[in-house]
Amino acid sequence: MPGKLKVKIVAGRHLPVMDRASDLTDAFVEVKFGNTTFKTDVYLKSLNPQWNSEWFKFEVDDEDLQDEPLQITVLDHDTYSANDAIGKVYIDIDPLLYSEAATVISGWFPIYDTIHGIRGEINVVVKVDLFNDLNRFRQSSCGVKFFCTTSIPKCYRAVIIHGFVEELVVNEDPEYQWIDRIRTPRASNEARQRLISLMSGELQRKIGLKVLEMRGNAVVGYLQCFDLEGESGLVVRAIGTACTLDKLSSPAAFLPACNSPSKEMKESPLAHPPSHGCRSTHNSPIHTATGSRLTQNFSVSVPTLIYTGMGSGSAGKEGGPFKALLRQQTQSALEQREFPFFTLTAFPPGFLVHVGGVVSARSVKLLDRIHNPDEPETRDAWWAEIRQEIKSHAKALGCHAVVGYSESTSICEEVCILSASGTAAVLNPRFLQDGTVEGCLEQRIEENLPAGCGFCHIPYDELNMPFPAHLTYCYNCRKQKVPDVLFTTIDLPTDATVVGKGCLIQARLCRLKKKAQAEANATAISNLLPFMEYEVHTQLMNKLKLKGMNALFGLRIQITVGENMLMGLASATAVYLAALPMPGGIQIAGKTPSDGSYEQHISHMQKKISDTIAKNKELYEINPPEISEEIIGSPIPEPKQRSRLLRSQSESSDEVTELDLSHGKKDAFVLEIDDTDAMEDVHSLLTDVPPPSGFYSCNTEIMPGINNWTSEIQMFTSVRVIRLSSLNLTNQALNKNFNDLCENLLKSLYFKLRSMIPCCLCHVNFTVSLPEDELIQVTVTAVAITFDKNQALQTTKTHIEKSLQRASTDNEELLQFPLELCSDSLPSHPFPPAKEHLESARSNSGIPAAQRDRCSSWIELIKLKAQTIRRGSIKTTVTVEKASPMGEGNFRNRSAPPCANSTVGVVKMTPLSFIPGAKITKYLGIINMFFIRETTSLREEGGVSGFLHAFIAEVFAMVRAHVAALGGNAVVSYIMKQCVFMENPNKNQAQCLINVSGDAVIFVRESELEVISTQQPTANCQQSCAGGEVTT
Amino acid sequence: MTSELDIFVGNTTLIDEEVYRLWLDGYSVSDAVALRVRAGILEQTGATAAVLQSDTMDHYRTFHMLERLLHAPPKLLHQLVFQIPPSRQALLIERYYAFDEAFVREVLGKKLSKGTKKDLDDISAKTGITLKSCRRQFDNFKRVFKVVEEMRGSLADNIQQHFLFSDRLARDYAAIVFFANNRFETAKKKLQYLSFGDFAFCAELMIQNWTLGAVGEAPSKPDSQVDDMDMDLDKEFLQDLKELKVLVADKDLLDLHKSLVCTALRGKLGVFSEMEANFKNLSRGLVNVAAKLTHNKDVRDLFVDLVEKVHLGPQFVEPCRSDHWPLGDVRLFLNQYSVTVHSLDGFRHQALWDRYMDTLRGCLLRLYHD
Repeated sequence: MPGKLKVKIVAGRHLPVMDRASDLTDAFVEVKFGNTTFKTDVYLKSLNPQWNSEWFKFEVDDEDLQDEPLQITVLDHDTYSANDAIGKVYIDIDPLLYSEAATVISGWFPIYDTIHGIRGEINVVVKVDLFNDLNRFRQSSCGVKFFCTTSIPKCYRAVIIHGFVEELVVNEDPEYQWIDRIRTPRASNEARQRLISLMSGELQRKIGLKVLEMRGNAVVGYLQCFDLEGESGLVVRAIGTACTLDKLSSPAAFLPACNSPSKEMKESPLAHPPSHGCRSTHNSPIHTATGSRLTQNFSVSVPTLIYTGMGSGSAGKEGGPFKALLRQQTQSALEQREFPFFTLTAFPPGFLVHVGGVVSARSVKLLDRIHNPDEPETRDAWWAEIRQEIKSHAKALGCHAVVGYSESTSICEEVCILSASGTAAVLNPRFLQDGTVEGCLEQRIEENLPAGCGFCHIPYDELNMPFPAHLTYCYNCRKQKVPDVLFTTIDLPTDATVVGKGCLIQARLCRLKKKAQAEANATAISNLLPFMEYEVHTQLMNKLKLKGMNALFGLRIQITVGENMLMGLASATAVYLAALPMPGGIQIAGKTPSDGSYEQHISHMQKKISDTIAKNKELYEINPPEISEEIIGSPIPEPKQRSRLLRSQSESSDEVTELDLSHGKKDAFVLEIDDTDAMEDVHSLLTDVPPPSGFYSCNTEIMPGINNWTSEIQMFTSVRVIRLSSLNLTNQALNKNFNDLCENLLKSLYFKLRSMIPCCLCHVNFTVSLPEDELIQVTVTAVAITFDKNQALQTTKTHIEKSLQRASTDNEELLQFPLELCSDSLPSHPFPPAKEHLESARSNSGIPAAQRDRCSSWIELIKLKAQTIRRGSIKTTVTVEKASPMGEGNFRNRSAPPCANSTVGVVKMTPLSFIPGAKITKYLGIINMFFIRETTSLREEGGVSGFLHAFIAEVFAMVRAHVAALGGNAVVSYIMKQCVFMENPNKNQAQCLINVSGDAVIFVRESELEVISTQQPTANCQQSCAGGEVTT
Repeated sequence: MTSELDIFVGNTTLIDEEVYRLWLDGYSVSDAVALRVRAGILEQTGATAAVLQSDTMDHYRTFHMLERLLHAPPKLLHQLVFQIPPSRQALLIERYYAFDEAFVREVLGKKLSKGTKKDLDDISAKTGITLKSCRRQFDNFKRVFKVVEEMRGSLADNIQQHFLFSDRLARDYAAIVFFANNRFETAKKKLQYLSFGDFAFCAELMIQNWTLGAVGEAPSKPDSQVDDMDMDLDKEFLQDLKELKVLVADKDLLDLHKSLVCTALRGKLGVFSEMEANFKNLSRGLVNVAAKLTHNKDVRDLFVDLVEKVHLGPQFVEPCRSDHWPLGDVRLFLNQYSVTVHSLDGFRHQALWDRYMDTLRGCLLRLYHD
């Protein structure tokens, strides 16, 4: 009997009036977990009942604890007829299952009904007692921590980053079961909510098992998605990165470096378990009922593009033996993995060595009814196929790993597009389980050479390039080759040298397609896809040039399929990387024979474009120090100069040029206007309006070039649906509509948030869906963060000086490392104490110091493992609490929202992994919630806008309530993964499904921290260390 | 291309004070957009009309959703759906319950009933305040009235507790409720020069001194039902006021009173001669107002009487004003007039006199202006 779940129902408030006669309610509560149900007494005639129930105790397996949600139903007692349900609360008790997270869930939860929305609140206390479980064949994975955050969570450090974990479970969608015809919409919605909750729990547990098999203790960058496949079922799938995390306790205690010795590898030959290892051994209720299969095995794999720098060029001679060596090492480390993928987008310093470029793969599949539920899932095979493709793309780029990896689907009727994308990269093996110590040493030295620009250096062989690329010597270190343009899906590395500020860039594209059935439809789509990818890429490239920048980060391309069209939306944050060459201008070339007016038109356009580039450079403060005179001299090179036609990729071969730094950067980018399409492209380039002054936007975590954030944040979700006029739609009209929709939406956001100026919209996340024939829905979630303008100005003024100083600091760093490496006895450090902590923390995080350390670290690892296995027992809880001398209680007291107080505690929500001006002191667990809302009185609820507005506000409220009940005061890495909206205005009906997730945390304002730190020296250390982390 | 759906939901609910004001003023979305355009917002922000339309719609929708909560402000504090910083919550409540001077003057002292509600059309036409806004203000008055009607304790405190108003607003509402309950006439032409503030000031004085709650201050019988009622005037007190008549009815007493006042004020009053000539009329007026308060109907006319005194000869406030007594002189006279009564040995109702005269003097001084 591994666990006891205890629930107490305290009180209710603001209940709805259920008895018209008395204007009151006779409420009672049913508490259900698994198949056990308890009831409270009926509290007569009150809208604010005080049940004060006894502790309801459920004795359950920890497997069930992970899978099942606690279900609380509030009802109105009726003597003569059936009791009326007021609403429900589902509580995910997972955060209580690992020792470092929350210990109790207690607070006011909104009572939710899928038809009426929130109807009052209920105060509940939930606790879990876990018993020691020595059963080694157990199916649960209690104790594995989950994080949505796509970087190493702030109060942890990565000991080992194991790699990719994935899992999916399928089931029939209750909405499509025969019983749905006779049950009420409410019952159907609740069945769906409950099922998805159950499936999420199961999925998480299975992922957890895989992590345990990999000897990890956490999943970072956990992304769980639902595919509503309609008739053919419901798929819940998740990917993540398995890690072994260590809680940063006190940096004062010099722990031995915890990197894994090579012995470790032999001990666990199953470095990567077979992906579905645990599936056969497990029989959950879901599995017996389900399973689904691909029909007719119809699938089309789409030729995929590899994005990196484009342009012509030749190879240099400096290959570098270091590179070869490095490649060898990492290769061996990663090759045994089935998929060397990482869902992380930000990495510990030194982890990312080189970045190759974006790799993506798509595949069109045909869904079908489940014919044979017992047959193993074909979805696994589909994804495996795509991942394999991604892997081979990465290999072609000379990379062994893919970082910033994500997967998505778009479903319309029976057609499904599966997409995966990531950034091919070369990683430093020292964080990976099987890295060798010797390699790491050399590695470290090699890596030090290109400070702040190393990741830009090409990982592939220059003589054998996978695609035509224009290479130059790095503008930063002048030692290694870099491409002229770099596209990635990750966040900007913290040590990257950036000139000026970044900005959000979007490529938007629509393509009409004939309505078709089944295979014909799938074929049509897959024929269109390569063109779309190509055009999206062209647009991105053009817009990037127009901004005068040379790199994209956080690139996310979404292809959405509808009945009669395909939509492509790419978002990325453009920056000017100092290491990459200065981008050339855009050159417009007309048709060769042309009359005067046409020429004039062309030159007019050319002028406009050149002006825009110049304006953008000014706007984003792009003035790279070394070559600034040249920009002013000729923003656009002469047409005679070497140029490359964008529209023909094959051309590059005849343009052999020797690598000459002074000439290379003058390369112009030519747009040939040979048809109306191209004309339209050029026009669309110029329609994008820059944000009003004082506003910046990006889709990465933080805005490159801004680092003086103030504490005000505002997270928001905005949804827009437009109806296209169905009359003779052309691609152009469609493009324009879509473009306007996105631009207007952005403009509205800028207007709404104008009171926060100066501010930056961070993590702007657009999602497009095509709910019906003529409807386009765009959902945006982002966070607006204010920053200090004065400081910003200062930094820009001193910018040039800084970048000049950079070189010297780099040298200093260079000196530091050998010092660090040879100093086994740390006290000999010639640094001030704060810095020493910082350095030592760094060295802890992976530098294999000496033989002596190897031994102790090995012991440490074994200890750690023992903990992982035992985790979930009460004993471990105690030891772990002890292990952190920071005095968690101290922090908690200060930061816990005053729940007892009448006013509602503020819970911040942000899609970022951090809160500006504050320090996250504790991660309380993952929030993963799924809600359905339906109405049959759409007009009365204010139409579609009123309905959805209220629903999203309610979803936010429920997320906040759960976080507050866990004792938290913020959600970080918040994401709205799905917002499926369907309406039927004729029937006065609408339905919406929303899926959100994030990490519940406790944060403490830095100003408060200082107060604490003066009282507590250890906290002081912690803080200085944190400060160091931010600046590195 | 038409926008089917267009929403913006912030984790912290955005409140645009300007749009909130327009919404409270009862403007439709299109009117509000037009007004915002006229205020020059497009030039300031570089936004387009479509953006403004969308923004206004969004705010209106938010306010509409908040309105239900605003009807019971404590709910706004405890609800979980809209995360609003406390200062903003206070602003929302304060503004929602704020009222227009022109409107409140129209309904002050009227019964807050359906009948009055029907007249809102006329009030709207007369004041230029939108009907929607009139309805909101009227409903606010009525809502507050209903909630505190049966409550014990200080009227202003009760209102503050149940509606979370600022001190100032709670006192204003106390006055509105008090006037509505006692149905004081305020609409007469003669009273038009008086502002709501004047009446609210008087209401506060009356609540302090003339109600049941005023005597209840002494904790003699804390559990009694009538105790602590701030809404109703103390009937017993009003009955007793008849006794004051002796001050003007008794010729000797009146003369003595006059001579004492005149002795004290000689040389100090700029309008001494007028005062001396009019003393008897003035005193009669003041005392007769008291004597009239015994009848319910006459209580309603208190302010009319104070200003014009139709039945009992020359009125008080008006004559002074027509002769342009300076306010300082009026104050001096009234102080002396009421204090001197203590020296009248034949007069036995000193406490009653003070309870009456302190309040009346305060009211008169407040009402004495152009």
